[in-house]
Amino acid sequence: MSNSTSVQFNIQVGDDLTHNVKPLLNEIKHGLDNLIETGRTTIIDLRSLPLAPGEEEKILNTLGQGEVQAQLNALGLSEVTETQYAGVWIVTHYNDEQHIISRFIEVTTMPEILCSQTEDVMEAYSRLTLDLADNP
Amino acid sequence: MTNNKDKTLLDNSGVDKTGVDKTLGEVLRSQGVSRRSFLKFCAATASMMAMSPAMIPKIAHALESARRPSVIWLSFQECTGCTESLTRAHTATIESLIFDFISLDYHHTLQAAAGHAAEEAREAAMKENDGKYLLVVDGSIPMDNPGYSTIAGISNYDMLMETAKGAAAIIAVGTCATYGGIPHADPNPTGAVSVGDLIKDKPIINVPGCPPIPVVITGVLMHFLTFGTIPELDHIGRPKVFYGQSIHDRCYRRPFYDKGLFAETFDDEGAKKGWCLYKLGCKGPTTYNACATTKWNDGTSWPIEAGHPCLGCSEPDFWDGGGFYKSLSMPTENITQTAIYTVAGAAAAGVALGAMNKNKKSSAVAAHNKTTIDDLEK
Repeated sequence: MSNSTSVQFNIQVGDDLTHNVKPLLNEIKHGLDNLIETGRTTIIDLRSLPLAPGEEEKILNTLGQGEVQAQLNALGLSEVTETQYAGVWIVTHYNDEQHIISRFIEVTTMPEILCSQTEDVMEAYSRLTLDLADNP
Repeated sequence: MTNNKDKTLLDNSGVDKTGVDKTLGEVLRSQGVSRRSFLKFCAATASMMAMSPAMIPKIAHALESARRPSVIWLSFQECTGCTESLTRAHTATIESLIFDFISLDYHHTLQAAAGHAAEEAREAAMKENDGKYLLVVDGSIPMDNPGYSTIAGISNYDMLMETAKGAAAIIAVGTCATYGGIPHADPNPTGAVSVGDLIKDKPIINVPGCPPIPVVITGVLMHFLTFGTIPELDHIGRPKVFYGQSIHDRCYRRPFYDKGLFAETFDDEGAKKGWCLYKLGCKGPTTYNACATTKWNDGTSWPIEAGHPCLGCSEPDFWDGGGFYKSLSMPTENITQTAIYTVAGAAAAGVALGAMNKNKKSSAVAAHNKTTIDDLEK
């Protein structure tokens, strides 16, 4: 487009357009309270809420970034980030084309997807045993 | 619609571990998919099925032991938009896994075989999986002259009735298969009817939309695979998880409606500020679908976010709703003329409206003119 600076979008990114930003942040606070009191994990699916353009970014910006950032390569990329509020994680799954397929806020000490899974550990044991047998 | 929630439709007992009888867990592991990847698959599936993330462990458990179902897909009076929508689903990795998992035994648009060879594949799948296969239908069925739409010389009606007999359940995909859709629009020249109009003795899941949202199609398939049951349906056969709330209730522009702030034209200040599109004909208040949260095109946007009113494409007779750009509060036809037809002996106003549209069609034919949207909205 020759004059891209003059393009006007017909979407206004207002403050609290759907009024869902603050309640969601409060839900996260309740999740933290639950985690402290009972150790219970809370997972929020960001796709299940109506959010106006810009509101998801607003939530993510409010939560900020903490000490841990991890990338998984499992059926496409996944990013797991601890926010500035310890115990509040953003888990984003991408497909092969780098499009977001789901995004969760997990209130937990460690998102399940980061842990080594028993089945994979068992499979790893068998594989290493075979490798060692092949290359004594 | 009967409530089939408690009835398990997928009979997985007594099958061996070869070919179509592998469980999803076995298929994935044989493809080198790790448990961690499987968990990601389940998380994306839960999100796709609009289920609580708390369901992820249950989904993982059920899917690991789910067996590969045979699927027969019949396309009747349709535009292939539904298949296009599904094959361009944005969660490519997840969808491809699902489609690797199901045994799509017949789909005349996608399969390489044609003619007798294709029909033999359908008959073989029906025989081998009698009572267990899933039947997916897109397109409406012409009941006026069977010649309007045939496949390998078989009328759509005959093929549907024959194939439905041994199906465990039927998924009607798209507004044509669910409610007749565009072919059924007045004056319905082919006598188009929906799957539900013809089949009364099988569970039918209606997945309307023109086309339906791809993840809604796969979400319904995954629900069936995960739980072996059909999801809870609304009064017109749609899964409540996707069609339980109106577009209006989930719309991010709803606060503007509540404040009485409307766009009056497509280029006024209100339109630029993203105000409510109700006055421009938005059918959001009467339309039930998942567009507002699931969105389209890789989750990029959806019609209302792009500044266009909802057409109501997942509702029965959306094409005859009185005009895409007329607000819901406006009368759908010229009431004076409708009244004349009604007084003249038509049994109901609906018949009168039909007569008026038939008139428009015949005048257009007589004048060798095409009927345009403007003609229909006059």
